[in-house]
Amino acid sequence: MYRYDRHDHAIVQARVAQFRDQSARHQRGELSDDEFRPLRLQNGLYIQRHAPMLRVAIPYGMLSSTQMRRLAHITRTYDRGYGHFTTRQNLQINWPTLESAPDILAELAEVEMHAIQTSGNCIRNITTDHFAGMAADEIADPRPWAEILRQWSTFHPEFAYLPRKFKIAVSGTKQDRAAILVHDIGLQLVINESGETGFTVFVGGGLGRTPLIGKKIRDFLPWQHLLTYCEAILRVYNRLGRRDNLYKARIKILVKALGSEEFGRQVENEWAHLKDSPTTLTEAEVTRVATQFSAPDYAALPTMDAAHNSKLAEDKAFARWVQRNVHTHRIAGYTAVTLSLKTPGLPPGDATDAQMDAVADLADTYSFGEIRVSHEQNLVLADVRQSDLYALWQAARVIRMASPTIGLLTDMIVCPGGDFCSLANAKSLPIAAAIQARFDELDYLHDIGDLSLNISGCMNSCGHHHLAGIGILGVDKNGAEWYQITIGGRQGIAAHIGDVIGKSFAAQDVPDVIEKLIATYIAERLEAEPFADTVQRIGLQPFRDRAYSKSTHKAELEAESV
Amino acid sequence: MSEINSLQLIRDRRLVADEWEVVQSDGVSSAPTDAAAGLSLLPLSIWLERRSELLAEKAAAGIRIGVWLAPTDEPSLLAKDLAMLDLIAVHFPKFADGRGYSTASLLRLRYGYTGELRAFGDVGRDQLFYLARVGFDSFLISEGRDAAAALCSFDDFSEVYQSATDQSLPLFRRRAA
Repeated sequence: MYRYDRHDHAIVQARVAQFRDQSARHQRGELSDDEFRPLRLQNGLYIQRHAPMLRVAIPYGMLSSTQMRRLAHITRTYDRGYGHFTTRQNLQINWPTLESAPDILAELAEVEMHAIQTSGNCIRNITTDHFAGMAADEIADPRPWAEILRQWSTFHPEFAYLPRKFKIAVSGTKQDRAAILVHDIGLQLVINESGETGFTVFVGGGLGRTPLIGKKIRDFLPWQHLLTYCEAILRVYNRLGRRDNLYKARIKILVKALGSEEFGRQVENEWAHLKDSPTTLTEAEVTRVATQFSAPDYAALPTMDAAHNSKLAEDKAFARWVQRNVHTHRIAGYTAVTLSLKTPGLPPGDATDAQMDAVADLADTYSFGEIRVSHEQNLVLADVRQSDLYALWQAARVIRMASPTIGLLTDMIVCPGGDFCSLANAKSLPIAAAIQARFDELDYLHDIGDLSLNISGCMNSCGHHHLAGIGILGVDKNGAEWYQITIGGRQGIAAHIGDVIGKSFAAQDVPDVIEKLIATYIAERLEAEPFADTVQRIGLQPFRDRAYSKSTHKAELEAESV
Repeated sequence: MSEINSLQLIRDRRLVADEWEVVQSDGVSSAPTDAAAGLSLLPLSIWLERRSELLAEKAAAGIRIGVWLAPTDEPSLLAKDLAMLDLIAVHFPKFADGRGYSTASLLRLRYGYTGELRAFGDVGRDQLFYLARVGFDSFLISEGRDAAAALCSFDDFSEVYQSATDQSLPLFRRRAA
């Protein structure tokens, strides 16, 4: 993975010193709260419901075991011994003190990490596919490009005070596992007929209160022009994006208002001036960065390991875990493993310091010392030998990260919600826990099959509820917490925003409603038909009829007990 | 307060007295506290209206001309007159309104303005590093903020990744060298 050179170190260390000084001035009263806010936000520091929250950047979701151990140490020393992995592949800690933030940043800088631009109206962490570099369906490795974009966007002087936050994702596959169509800029790596690498460029996707799918503005952008083209997009947005209304300030609103054709035309006009400027990428730079993502030292292994096969036959629980949590690798004898952060009874996406340390050890033993964070809020060991899977599974069970449910209903994306976040209208963690408890039968879950269920505690949609087969959104009704349900959403290159089924539900009814939606799906689905396809084929009505029918689960139970 | 402490204008990294008075779009002047000679810094609309008259006066009597731009003003409207202007100022109604950074980049890198480029309005110490990078060389620190203390923030970072007005090559081209 990418290692800092002296320049990268100098820049991150200067930031620590700058923020230490800004914090001190704020504490002395020389910087007002209003003046300090954007400064602390651009260092990932929020003031939340109970305490400050610090969001640590994990560029494109990659961590070394050393970095993971440092994160464990930070949560133990400055927080309450746990952290929350987010859909943008970052880590949030919920209980640091304001005064300790500069020290935390200094600890991060020592291991080539930071919290730069993890919040605020600037270019945020660049995200990508958690299977980058090992996926069989990969066209090109997106990570070097994500790192190049990270450097370009870090302290870009022209784009530090944008109308609103700005998120960029890069995908190296056709299928897209990086949710590029719901980003401000989505970049898809492509190779054209002449064999040249480039990008298809999408803009104006996003969730939040106005969910929109990104629009293509360029089919093929040769790689040399990646940065100048992004600069053109950002300049058009910085100059024309709305600043009068927080809710209409994202680039998606501008793209929608102008129309993507007109927006694209303005970008091309701007780019005509920037094209071939010194910011045009060089072969030397791309090689310098790409070399650092070169494949680890894979051994020559047989495609099938005999001992592994017999374990699969002997141990049903292991076989189930392999079926859901182990993924095909482009190298024979290797696999990628998802370590689940969705174990029932634990908050989705959370990891304790002990788990982080243990995962670091597992990465060292089994996966070349590297870990990835997935946007579905799990951890991935991307280069595990098939012959090591059984031992790894046993170790993962000990640390409660072996829930064999990846891609199933209970592998939910969940934001921290009203328990932590001051923006939230409603809690999301108790809803997640109630659903986990209701669907605790593994056979039933496996029988339902692939189905995403995402929960957001408010319109900001951090839980990506729009993109889930079943999405749950916390809403406020006269001070009470209610939940609106959408169905039929999908992520990936055919991304689709789910439709609201109707009036929202009280918290205690949500598990029943989910059960009814699933019962409808199971009754109606064709052989191997994914949930979203069934919704598309039969429409909302059958789901709606069942979900709002009087015979609630509770009533049924009461009837039985009489 | 001593004389030096009341100076709010930083030019070329030094505190200096301000000679310009800002004229609002409706023609009303608001004199900065340390304005000395009272040169008129005109809004774009007035400049466009009186352009030929002012250019003639400059040719005849050598008057100095300054124009200020609001965040929505199009800097290309000044492009053909840049050599005639003694000062261009860009207004920041709020420091978090970043449009002026693009205005400055365009004036410097696209239209080739080499004269004094000033940031004024809600301008403080923690914006100076970025403002200087995009090409501002003059900063009217807003009232109530310590302009002298702000001077050190130009050196917040010794290295930068991007090319900008202050650095023609991005780090990756300098790294390679």
